[in-house]
Amino acid sequence: MSDHETTDDAAGSDGRGSDEPVNGDEPAFEAAEYADGTVTYPPHTVGPNGAERVGTVDLREYAGRVVTWTTSTATPPGVREPNTLAIVEFEMDDGYDGPPVRALGQIAERGDGSGETFDVDIGDRVEPVYADELREPGAGIREPESQEWDGFRFRPVEE
Amino acid sequence: MERVAIVGASMTRFGQRDAWVRELLAEAGAAALDDAGVDGDDLDHLYVSNMASGEFEGQTGVPNALAHDLAAQPAYTARIDQTSSSGGAGVYAAWQSVASGASDLTMLVGGEKMTHRTTAEATDVIASLTHPVEYKQGVTLPSFAGLTARLYLDTYDAPRESLGKVAVKNHKNGVDNPHAQFQKEVDLDTVLDSPIVADPLRLYDFCPITDGSAALVFCPESVAEEYAPDGNYAVISGIGGATDTHVVHERADPTTMGGVVDSSDIAYEMAGIGPDDVDVAELHDMFTILEFLQSEDLGFFEKGKGWKAVEEGVTDRDGDLPINTSGGLKSKGHPLGASGVAQVYEIVQQVTGDAGPRQVEADTGLACNVGGFGNCVTTTILEGSQ
Repeated sequence: MSDHETTDDAAGSDGRGSDEPVNGDEPAFEAAEYADGTVTYPPHTVGPNGAERVGTVDLREYAGRVVTWTTSTATPPGVREPNTLAIVEFEMDDGYDGPPVRALGQIAERGDGSGETFDVDIGDRVEPVYADELREPGAGIREPESQEWDGFRFRPVEE
Repeated sequence: MERVAIVGASMTRFGQRDAWVRELLAEAGAAALDDAGVDGDDLDHLYVSNMASGEFEGQTGVPNALAHDLAAQPAYTARIDQTSSSGGAGVYAAWQSVASGASDLTMLVGGEKMTHRTTAEATDVIASLTHPVEYKQGVTLPSFAGLTARLYLDTYDAPRESLGKVAVKNHKNGVDNPHAQFQKEVDLDTVLDSPIVADPLRLYDFCPITDGSAALVFCPESVAEEYAPDGNYAVISGIGGATDTHVVHERADPTTMGGVVDSSDIAYEMAGIGPDDVDVAELHDMFTILEFLQSEDLGFFEKGKGWKAVEEGVTDRDGDLPINTSGGLKSKGHPLGASGVAQVYEIVQQVTGDAGPRQVEADTGLACNVGGFGNCVTTTILEGSQ
């Protein structure tokens, strides 16, 4: 396991449990690790090759690159409009040889008061940033209590 | 295994209809029974393909309602929900019921009532098929299309205009389809100047929201001439169903639809043919980019070359491989549960020589019905009996 990994049942190599925040009070960006070494986001009951789940990986510790992006102007109830989304592929540790680890996420707002999101393009390097509410619970068809509504957006890495 | 024939077919006018889902289903169902020359109580099995009648209009239990409206009791009934590929999954279920010997006469009716909902509401009902980590980000099926279109254009150096030409072609085909929601041509400038919906895709890259229904009647080929005395009917020579990942970003290549590859491999093997033997195809062009992906993943064209086929007119109605002679979902409309049934309806018309002004030279046709963003797929291959 890398320094970024924890286990489901016990404290990980860094001494923190999987539910215990690494950065302040925000929850982990939790991916699952399976017995064959593969990692997926989101976690599944078994891995893509049927291997059992053995631990978690906190994707907050990884940057990634934009695979593709879009700006949606026709958004459903409770979703910001426009909504810029990207598929991001994480840069995993050198020893990782499983399938690509990716996430779909909103692009974060600039934070300069303009209300506009960062510009991104294919290949750009980005990092996750926590948001306590990505979409208004209950505004759409899905039962508010059936899932979590916080999560991670992406912003460009300052290099 | 018994080969399965289609001896009755119908579809309603697609578009904005006053009728609700029960009435739409009954309209298509009654017409298909009439086409096959049978009554409701002749049916052993009755299937309804429908994604979300409960969510859209608060009407559940539609197979039983339809059986009563068509006096089909005591036929076995079931609702087939596989999101946008409910129609194709229904074709699979109907084929299976007859091929297995469980039913000697099966009807499938697909239908959906959607237009009373706003675009935002309908989009949300459809997006509810996504995983929670996708749904909370506000993803929609159109935004999956925008994400994939950008990657496809970038990876294969395809011009944006090539996507627009899919819309132009399919609208041109729809002019000759009396059931189509839009019997109207559009030019490329109109497509490329239309409002952005999911960058780089614009309004005319997307199918409309639609009400409608379509129906098919299935029996063993050995008795098909009892229902088609002229001996002119269609036969399902191959059919395959497959799934891909629920979470779209977990696919190895986001520009490949694994369910299309796998389902068509099964269908081709069953039919004993390959993609070069297909004369006409109906593909699930819910978004223009999907016609490229499916035409490649079905093996019609090399990966990354589907756009060139459109540019060169290969997929035009008078081209070497006409695609979406009905106008496709793009022009004909996309009443979710009906679409896969209507695709097969068009291929039945083509291989039996009943397609009127849309007729192309076709002994063998293929329909590919996609649910979600390639999450579930049914590929059906049909041959004419004559």
